[in-house]
Amino acid sequence: MKVYPFIIEFLQIAVLLGVAPAFTGWVRMLKCWTQGRTSAGLFQPYRDIVKLFSKDVILADNASWIFRFTPYLIFGAAVLAGGVIPMLSIDLPLTSTADVIVLVALFAIARFFTALAGMDIGTAFGGMGSSREMTIASLAEPAMLMAIFTVSLASKSTSLSQMVHVIYSGQSVLRPSLVFALLAFILIALAETGRIPVDNPATHLELTMIHEAMILEYSGRHLALIEWAGMMKLFLFAALGIATFFPWGIAASGDIGFIPAAFLVMTLKLGVAGAGLVLIETGLAKMRIFRLAEFLGSAFLLATLGMLSYFILE
Amino acid sequence: MTITPIGTVSCSLILLFLSALLVPFLRGRQHFLINISFTLASIASLLGAVGGIWAVGSGITNKLVLPVGLPDLPFHLRIDPLAGFFLTVICLLSLFVSVYSIGYVKGYLGKRPVTSLAIFYCLFLAGMLMVVLADDALFFLVAWEVMAAASYFLVMFEDERIENRRAAFLYIVVAHVGAIAILLSFGVMAGLAGGFESFSGYTFDAMRQAQMPVQWAAAAFLLAFFGFAAKAGVVPLHVWLPEAHPVAPSNVSALMSGVMLKTAIYGIVRVTFDLIKVFPWWWGAVVLIFGLISAVMGVLYALMQHDLKRLLAYHSVENIGIILIGVGLSMIFTSFHMPLLAALALIAGLYHTLNHAMFKGLLFMGAGAVLHATHERNMEEMGGLIHSMPWTAALFLVGCVSISALPPFNGFVSEWLTFQAFLLSPALPSPLLKLLIPLGAALLALTGALAAACFVKAFGVTFLGHWRGHHNPRVQEAGLTMRAGMILAALTCLFLGLVPTALIEWMDILTEQLVGAKIGTTAGTFGWMWLTPIAPDRASYSGSIVFLGILVVVAVAYFLLHVKTVAIHRAPVWDCGFEKINQRMQYNATSFSMPIRRVFGFLFSIREQVKLTPRAAQPVFPKKINYYLRIRDRLWGWLYKPVVEISFRLSRRVGKLQQGRIQAYLIYSFITIIVLLVFSR
Repeated sequence: MKVYPFIIEFLQIAVLLGVAPAFTGWVRMLKCWTQGRTSAGLFQPYRDIVKLFSKDVILADNASWIFRFTPYLIFGAAVLAGGVIPMLSIDLPLTSTADVIVLVALFAIARFFTALAGMDIGTAFGGMGSSREMTIASLAEPAMLMAIFTVSLASKSTSLSQMVHVIYSGQSVLRPSLVFALLAFILIALAETGRIPVDNPATHLELTMIHEAMILEYSGRHLALIEWAGMMKLFLFAALGIATFFPWGIAASGDIGFIPAAFLVMTLKLGVAGAGLVLIETGLAKMRIFRLAEFLGSAFLLATLGMLSYFILE
Repeated sequence: MTITPIGTVSCSLILLFLSALLVPFLRGRQHFLINISFTLASIASLLGAVGGIWAVGSGITNKLVLPVGLPDLPFHLRIDPLAGFFLTVICLLSLFVSVYSIGYVKGYLGKRPVTSLAIFYCLFLAGMLMVVLADDALFFLVAWEVMAAASYFLVMFEDERIENRRAAFLYIVVAHVGAIAILLSFGVMAGLAGGFESFSGYTFDAMRQAQMPVQWAAAAFLLAFFGFAAKAGVVPLHVWLPEAHPVAPSNVSALMSGVMLKTAIYGIVRVTFDLIKVFPWWWGAVVLIFGLISAVMGVLYALMQHDLKRLLAYHSVENIGIILIGVGLSMIFTSFHMPLLAALALIAGLYHTLNHAMFKGLLFMGAGAVLHATHERNMEEMGGLIHSMPWTAALFLVGCVSISALPPFNGFVSEWLTFQAFLLSPALPSPLLKLLIPLGAALLALTGALAAACFVKAFGVTFLGHWRGHHNPRVQEAGLTMRAGMILAALTCLFLGLVPTALIEWMDILTEQLVGAKIGTTAGTFGWMWLTPIAPDRASYSGSIVFLGILVVVAVAYFLLHVKTVAIHRAPVWDCGFEKINQRMQYNATSFSMPIRRVFGFLFSIREQVKLTPRAAQPVFPKKINYYLRIRDRLWGWLYKPVVEISFRLSRRVGKLQQGRIQAYLIYSFITIIVLLVFSR
C-alpha cells in the first residue's frame, strides 16, 4: 500500500480546514471593496471563529440533543466531503468512498439536520428557515442531478477522480455540454451555499433570512462549528466546480513533489472563483422566494440542454 | 425426513393457522391471548424468515403439492429464490411487528376485545406467505383473497367510526377490481398454455413453458399490471391507500404499508420476468412511467398532510413508485438484451423493496407509539415529544433519515443504485429512450429531496419544539416490547446501509435466474466495504466508511472542544429579542409545506380562504383570523367521481325492476324462460 496518497489526503483536509475561512474572508474583502466599504481584512473569519470557540454556550431551555448534536454532524459531513473532492491530487484513498451523488447526499444530510435544529427550539423563525431551506433544496436537487448526469456522460463515470482524470487527459476541446453544465452548476451552487440572489449570508433581517434563521439560537462553540462548516461548504463548492470543469493543475499522480505547485494553482483558481462570486453578488439583488422556482428551473433547463447537446453534437 | 426451506415455511404457516384457531378459546383472558398469539406469530415469522434466507442463500427450489383444491388442480406450493426473497422481506418485518404488537395491542385492553384483531392478524400473515408460495393461479388467488379479506377486517377493527367503515369499503372495492384483473390475466395465460378445456394450464409451470403470441402476452401483462398496481397503490389507483392504512391499528398499518404492498411487486416481477419472460421494451416503459408518476405525486400528496399516519401512507405510494422505477428500468434493459444493466436495475428495485419494508415498518411503529401515548394523529396538535419519548424519537429519526435517502442508512443505497441504473441508460440503442430516461432521474432526485423536506416536517412538527395542543396529556414512553420491535427494525436499517455488498451477493442468485447476469459488487482493498456495481472506475460507494468517517470527525471535534470545560447555560429562547412567543406561534405542518404548496399547487385542487373579523375601533388590527384550507386530489374528481356517479345511476335504473311484488318477479321469470326457449334451442 502506498503511503503518499494518505499523506496527501491528510494535507488536503488540513488545507480545507485552514484555507476555507481565508476564502470566505477573501470574498467578503472583495465585496467590501466593490461596494466602497473598508474591509475587516482577509483574516477576520479566523478571529470570529476563535472568539466564538472561547465563549460560553447558551442553550435555549427547550433545546434537545438534536440541537447540540447538529453542529458536530454538519462539521463532520463537511470534512468528509473535503476528503472526497480532488483538490490537490487525483489519487486520494477516500475518493472511492463516495462518488459525486454521495457527495450531494453528504450535503443533504447536513441540511436535514440543520433544518431539524431550526425546528427544535420552537420559534417561528426557526421553522420558517427550515421550511424555506428544504423547499429550495428540493428544487435545486433535480437540476444538480442533471448537471452531474451531463458531466458524467463525457467521463462515463460518477466517480470524481475518474471525471477529473477524463477531462484532464482528453483533448482540451471546449465541449458545449460542459459549458451548459457549468452554467447550471453556478446557479445551483449559489442556491446551495445560500448566496445572493437566493439567500443573503450577511443579513439578519427577519423576513428574508433562510440559513441564518435556522441557526439563530446557536452560540459559542456550536455556532463556531456551524460557521466554520458553512465556510467549508462554500470552499468545497468552489473546489468541486474547479475539479469538474477546470481541473488543470491538480496533481495527476500520488507524488508528493507536485503538491506545492498544485496548492499554488488551486489558490489562484480559488481567487478567481471568489472574484466571480463577488461580481454576481454585487450585480444582483436578492430574489423573492417564490421567484426561486424560475431561477432553479432555468438551472435545470440549462443542464438538460447540456445533456441534449451531448447527444446531438458530441 | 430432511429439513428443507419449504418445510420450515410450512411449519410457519401451520403455526399461524394454529394460532388463529386457538385464539377464540382464549376469549375470556385477553391479556394472555395477546401474549400467546403474538408470540406464536413472532416464532412463525422467524421460521419463515429462516426459510426465505436459506432458499435465497443456497439457491434452492422446492415444490410441494397439497391434496386439496379443484379435482384436476391441487394446490401447488413452490419456494424458489424469488419467493424466498419476498418471504424474507415479509417475515423479517412481521417478526419485528409481532414483537411490537405484544405491547401495542395491550393498549386496547379494557376498551374493546382484541380477539378478532389477533385472529385476522395471523390469517393476514398466513395469506401473505401463501401468496408468495403459490405456484398455480388458483392457489395464488385463494391466498390473495385470504390476504385481502383478513386485511379488510383489520381495517374495520375500530368499526364504530364512520371513516373506518368507509375506508374499508373503498379498500375492498379496489382490491376486488384488481383481483378480477389478475384473474383475467391468469386466464389468458392459462388458456394459451394449456388450452381452455382443462385446468392444466393454470399451474405456473405450464405458463412458464407456454409460447405466447405477442398481443395476448401484452394483454395478460396489462391486466396483471393493472391488478397488481391496484394493490400496490400506484397512482392513479392509490385512492384507497391513504384512507385504509391510517385507520387500521398501527401494527397492522406497518404490515400493510411495509409488506402487503410488496406482494403486488412480487406479482409484477413473477408475471413478467418468470412467467412471460420475453417482452418488448414498452412494457418496461409503462412500468417506469407509472413508477415515476407515483413517486412524485406520492411525495407531494404526503407533504400536504397533517395526519401523521396518512402522511406515512402517502409515502408508501412514493416508495412503491421508486421500486417500480427499478423494475421498469430492468425490464427495458432486459428487452434490449443488456443483462448486466438489467441485473443492476432489478437489484436496485428489490433492494428498495427490502429497505422500504424496514423503514416504513419502523415509521409506522413509531407513529403507533405516538398514537398510543398521546391518542392523537393530527400533527398540528403535537410537538416536543422528544423530551417525553426519547427512545421513540430517536428510533423514528432513524426511520426518517433512512426514508429520506441519506447516507449511511439503507434508503440511500437503493436510491443510489437506481441512479446508477439511470446513468447507464445512454447505453441503450434507441435515441428516444436515451433522451427521455435521464429526465426520469431528475424526477427521482426531486422525489428524494421532497421526501427529505417531508420528513423534516414530520419529525420536526411531531417531536421537536413545544406541544401545540390545547390540553396537555400525560405522555409516557413506549413499553419494552414496543421499543424492542422498533430497535430491531432500526438496527436492520443501519445494517442494510452499512454492508450492502453482503446483501447484494446474497441476492445475486435472483438476477442470475431472472435476467441472466449478476453484478460485481466488491472492489478495493477491503473488498466488502465498497459497493461498486458494474466497474470500480464507474462509481463506488462505501456506507461503512462514510459512517466511520463522520463518526471519527464528530468524536475528534467533540473531544477537542471538551478539553477545556466551557459552561453551558440554559436560558429562555432569544428569538431576535421577541419576548411574547407562545407555542401556537411555532411553524406547524400546514405552514411548513406552504412554499412547496405554492410551487406545486397546480397539481392539486386547493381552496384557501382567510377571513378577518375586524375590531370596530381599530379596523387595522383584526379581532380574529380564520384560515380555511382544503386540498383535494384532482384525480378523484377526474377518474373516480364519474365512475361512482355512473354506477349509482345505473343501479338506480336497474333498481326500478325491483317492484317488491311477487307478480312482477313471476313475470320476469316467465319472460326469461320464453326468451331462453326461443334463442337456445
